Amino acid sequence: MKLTIERAALLRTLSHVQSVVERRTTIPILSNVLMQAEGSTLSLTATDMDIAINESTPASIGAEGATTAPAHTLYDIVRKLPDGAQVELGKEGDRLELRAGRSRFTLQTLPNEDFPVMTGGEMPHSFAMSGEAMRRIIDSTRFAISTEETRYYLNGVYLHAADDKIRAVATDGHRLAKVESPLPDGAAGMPGVIVPRKTVGELRKLAEETEGDIQISLSDTKIRFAFDGVVLTSKLIDGTFPDYERVIPSGNDKMMQVDCRSFADAVDRVSTIATEKMRAVKMAVNGSALTLSASSQDSGSAVEEIEVGYDNDAIEIGFNSRYLLDIANQIESGQAQFEMADAASPTIVRDIDDAAALYVLMPMRV
Amino acid sequence: MNQTEDCLCRDCLAVWRAPDANDQERAPEAGVCPACRLKRVVRHRELHRLAIAHIDCDAFYASVEKRDDPNLRDSPVIIGGGRRGVVSAACYVARMYGVRSAMPMFKALKACPDAVVIRPNMEKYSRVGREIRKMMRNVTPLVQPLSIDEAFLDLSGADALHGGSPARTLAGLVRRIEQEIGVSASIGLSYNKFLAKVASDLDKPRGFAVIGEREAVSFLHDKPVRMIFGVGKALERKLRQDGIGTIGQLREMDPKRLMTRYGSMGERLYNFSRGVDPRPVDPHSETKSISTETTFENDLSSLSDLAHALWPLCETVARRLRKNDLAAGGVQLKLRDSDFKIVTRSRKLGTPTQLAEFLFQTGVQLLEPEIGETQYRLLGIGAEYLTGAETADIPDLADPDRDKQARVERVMQEIREKLGQDAVVKGRAL
Repeated sequence: MKLTIERAALLRTLSHVQSVVERRTTIPILSNVLMQAEGSTLSLTATDMDIAINESTPASIGAEGATTAPAHTLYDIVRKLPDGAQVELGKEGDRLELRAGRSRFTLQTLPNEDFPVMTGGEMPHSFAMSGEAMRRIIDSTRFAISTEETRYYLNGVYLHAADDKIRAVATDGHRLAKVESPLPDGAAGMPGVIVPRKTVGELRKLAEETEGDIQISLSDTKIRFAFDGVVLTSKLIDGTFPDYERVIPSGNDKMMQVDCRSFADAVDRVSTIATEKMRAVKMAVNGSALTLSASSQDSGSAVEEIEVGYDNDAIEIGFNSRYLLDIANQIESGQAQFEMADAASPTIVRDIDDAAALYVLMPMRV
Repeated sequence: MNQTEDCLCRDCLAVWRAPDANDQERAPEAGVCPACRLKRVVRHRELHRLAIAHIDCDAFYASVEKRDDPNLRDSPVIIGGGRRGVVSAACYVARMYGVRSAMPMFKALKACPDAVVIRPNMEKYSRVGREIRKMMRNVTPLVQPLSIDEAFLDLSGADALHGGSPARTLAGLVRRIEQEIGVSASIGLSYNKFLAKVASDLDKPRGFAVIGEREAVSFLHDKPVRMIFGVGKALERKLRQDGIGTIGQLREMDPKRLMTRYGSMGERLYNFSRGVDPRPVDPHSETKSISTETTFENDLSSLSDLAHALWPLCETVARRLRKNDLAAGGVQLKLRDSDFKIVTRSRKLGTPTQLAEFLFQTGVQLLEPEIGETQYRLLGIGAEYLTGAETADIPDLADPDRDKQARVERVMQEIREKLGQDAVVKGRAL
């Protein structure tokens, strides 16, 4: 294997694939990136056995071939090379030689035959979604993904087709996020799948600048996203997502409209006082006044009043301030509607201008 | 040589020395304060040298209620019902009728039909408890709370600061609690935590008991082993089987034998029986777990037998969680097999709980993988990662059925509180 590639192209591709490599792994080959030079492209692959990311980029290939080298080390080297440098990569025996300008590095390699290939298997369902729609789905749900190990089926985003929409749901039991997007062609018969948190995070990073479509294919056990020369293949979480529709209340009649900016700022200020552990903020709504308050045995108390739209019976209800801020950050129009029932029942929050996303929040006792 | 004792008046805090109280001839007025002529005098040879105290409020919940409603002052008052169906606290008037803490409500009312029953207002009691704790911390930073109404205090080396001995400072503190908060407390003063706690129980209510180094061993000699912190029903039974009923008998045991026979408790038994307790007063210790365990008459191995034994333990832990205003953020299961090998398994909970049902469900999940050929002689369950009660059993958006189960248990609690602890039980308790 021998090739020359521009530093910027190599860095970009490496940065994409290396992020899936675990810092601490007991299997040495999983620390490595697989490099394959063929025709006029260099293809890089990294995996943690649950997710594999492959990306191809044009390169001038002197000699075709393949090898594997430590992903993070290689990435760090390329990162430190000067902008505009031409990087030469060549395999010498069981070493990888990297030259750029006056720098020369020799890296240990492991045989490319040993690199675990994650086969996608047959993926009977495939459809396309715009990068923008995908980003929106991820941003609106990922904050609600649970980290609880015992309920592993909550450690991802539940993606499924419902009511002629493609719907994504995530919950940790305390809050739930649900967002919909028009059902893409070919997605109608897809099974409901739970996409793991790490996959969601990697996909979001990779799709940051994607302007075109993302090709999605999936089976019951795996999902694949392909765009811009990147192919991300991931296992799915093998479990049953709870019947979330039962916990979305339908009769909440206490509607409150708030300006997200001033609401979030006030919650943020008041929560400075709330105890580190609980982060509880009390909301008292009376007429057009929303009084936010927090108190803690150790540090004191805080109160702030903001103006809201409300014309129902007065209500007092407590929430985890972090959850309120997470949701307020998702409301793009800047106007949110809270739909409350009482201090012990789930509250719905939605964007006034956007029916596609909905959030459910469990109150705290305050 | 003539013996003299140090004396302290708990009303005016006067301090003087007097001949031994037993010497009637030389101390005709041993129990009377020469300054204020009142009779609440503490006398002890080591009075000003002892610095570890245990302060315990008297019938705390009942005292708070009496404080807030002076009409109740002379009536028998029982705090109970609430969520428990048992007596949480009984005032000293009710105690004269034989009412005791943890007694089922119907029994208590049989013994004392005229009792005024008040539902516990935990929020109020914790608030008052916090005020008291604050007053304790004004005296020394070394305050180790044991519950809402009792704490250990270490006043070593604070004589100069307070312009008096620990005993005098403590008497002043309790006097201030009585005047400013309006509830009375009893003091146990000694040279370690074990004996301080024992002492505070000796002279209640409004008591001040002292156990000095000179008499500690003789004092403990004929006391039951149960008095030692950590000796519960099971260990007491085992000690009795081994022919040990009193602390004096314990002291005669060979230390090696104690440790091999009773494990880590052996060391404590050895030390405590000699009046030795090396544990410092730790102001940062808070309740980290609440647990209970049981030793079987015959070893058990099947899931159904063990689960059957697990349920009442879960009910006990749940009751103690509620009493302490805490919720379990995790559950730990403990098993000891016939070879005395201990296995513990634990799991965090998605939603903290105060309910026996969820402790039990988690316990059974932890139990299942341990079932096989092994015979178990002991089973225990504990609540850990404790959090405040306000986080407990909030409906879970990811588990819609959970709330239904929680409601069932709450209804059961309400029925028990009206009709007694045994009025409703789960099928699995039979």
